[in-house]
Amino acid sequence: MGDDRQTQQVSAAVSAAGSTGTLELGGGLRPGDLAAKRRWAPSWWHLVLIPLAVVMLFPFFWLVVTSFQTLAQSRTFGLHFAFQWHNYVDAWTQAPFGRWLFNTTLVSVTVVISNLVFCSLAGYALARMRFFGNGALFLVILATLMVPFQVVMVPTLLIVRSLGLVDTLPALMAPNLVTPFGVFMLRQFFRTMPVEIEEAARIDGAGRLGTLFKVVMPSMRAPLATVGIMTLLWTWNDFLWPLIVIQSEKNYTLQLGLMSFQGAHNINWPLVMAATVMTQIPMLAIFVLAQRWFVQSLATQGLKG
Amino acid sequence: MTSAENERGGRGGLGRASFWDRLFASDHVAGWLFVSPAVVLIGLFGAAPIVWSLIISFQRNSLDTSGVWIGLANYRHLMHDPAFAASVRRTIVYTVLFVPITLFSAMAVAVALNRRLHGMRFYRTAVFAPVVTSTVATAIMFSWLLDPYFGIINLFLNKLGGPSQGFFQDPSQALYCIVLVTVWGWLGFAVVIYLAALQGIPRELLEAAEIDGATRWRAFWRVQFPLLGPTTLFLVVWLSINALQEFDEIYVITHGGPLASTTVVVYYLFQQAFAFFDAGYATAIAYVVFLGILALTVVQLLLGRKLVHYRS
Repeated sequence: MGDDRQTQQVSAAVSAAGSTGTLELGGGLRPGDLAAKRRWAPSWWHLVLIPLAVVMLFPFFWLVVTSFQTLAQSRTFGLHFAFQWHNYVDAWTQAPFGRWLFNTTLVSVTVVISNLVFCSLAGYALARMRFFGNGALFLVILATLMVPFQVVMVPTLLIVRSLGLVDTLPALMAPNLVTPFGVFMLRQFFRTMPVEIEEAARIDGAGRLGTLFKVVMPSMRAPLATVGIMTLLWTWNDFLWPLIVIQSEKNYTLQLGLMSFQGAHNINWPLVMAATVMTQIPMLAIFVLAQRWFVQSLATQGLKG
Repeated sequence: MTSAENERGGRGGLGRASFWDRLFASDHVAGWLFVSPAVVLIGLFGAAPIVWSLIISFQRNSLDTSGVWIGLANYRHLMHDPAFAASVRRTIVYTVLFVPITLFSAMAVAVALNRRLHGMRFYRTAVFAPVVTSTVATAIMFSWLLDPYFGIINLFLNKLGGPSQGFFQDPSQALYCIVLVTVWGWLGFAVVIYLAALQGIPRELLEAAEIDGATRWRAFWRVQFPLLGPTTLFLVVWLSINALQEFDEIYVITHGGPLASTTVVVYYLFQQAFAFFDAGYATAIAYVVFLGILALTVVQLLLGRKLVHYRS
């Protein structure tokens, strides 16, 4: 891979990423809009968009409806609506969902924080410092970024086992503490920052770490949010690696726990649906609260290509 | 530390700057200190396994004992393994359906969502919500919707006068149902990417086309569609890479069945490694899949370069 082409891709990513800064993803009407004066102006587009929303939301709708049904209702072919909470209570008491929520939160938060700190350090050094091996190191990181997880999963398991970590929470964290994605992403963004501010800070007596964390990082909110949110989403919803490395129920993540719960109760759909709702609420809630950031992060991830 | 002191330290050591200040002022030292956590962790869990995996693929390795070198035997076995060939065929069928369906629906949905309307926030949330839903939850929701006996989709089918379907329990339908589930799960991601690209297209271009008398429809195909080329190329590559690695939904819903009809290549690989403990064979499969992905990506990028119009 020629370094020229890389530089080209970098600048393409940079210019593309720059344009996401002004992305309008809300799509609602602004007060000044001409159309806003004609409130609820009818549009043919609603005839397309309403069915679309129905198709996308129907699985969620039926999930919630079923979670309130009785077992007998779910086993009678037809449309049944009920409202009884005990599926949620039963699911919560029949499996350690609280424990699994704690495990998933602990693993995800650790991985996100570690990525933000270490990927920033590495990305900054790769973008700004001329140290021996910089270019080669970046190529190695790019290579690991491109290799699918299936290729490395067997040796990763063997490495984790030789560290004595199999079936522990650190086994879920260790391989993801620093992701090549995060290093790559942040390196690209550091390269777009004007270097003058840092030089000024250095001349004013700030050390290297001080420059990075007090001067550079505050203007890096968008890329840091991208790395944080993408890492959170991957770790929280990861399935294959926990499936391989975790055996005992007390160390399950939410997704692994949900899968085993479904396996154990697969004739009791209302109970399984209640468990599914419970396990999805945390991430969906974060998504609804921070939708703008999520969407921005996903868009940025796409533009790195 | 005052600025004067640091400056002198930074310039290589006049006066009182300590040995450490001078050392840390070197890009070589500071650079390696900054990257060392990443180097250790990515080296251990990213780079080393790539090499080790290749070594294991030349071994008979049961995960428990250290492997025995058997040269190319795993790769030779692979060439004559009908189950592997069948899993590759299913993967290709899956990918050939999943990628275009996701791509074209995403483009249509993004165009529909790219306007100012009341309720747009709601529509967009509806399209994006599956992206943050885990693959396990998605799989469970759909296995209930598509349950052959009590699932609501069969109820709708019956109401419309059609017969009940087996869906995931019918070997001739299961793989197509997996396509459906994963399209639902990935659509939002592709829509976000297309929306970002659509919003990057200057409004003046469309207005100019309309002034020249083009209909909205023609303006889309002549102006916006070509400008979406690079985005489409990215999505084709990205969706293909992920389609060839499809695993989660299949594991949760069908376990590769019924009658192995959903045993795609990564599921087959997983079985070899963790059900039959043939890690050597599994890593050989993994390497072949990796080379396949790599080759496909290169072909797509080369073709894309010819077909896609880049704005300068």
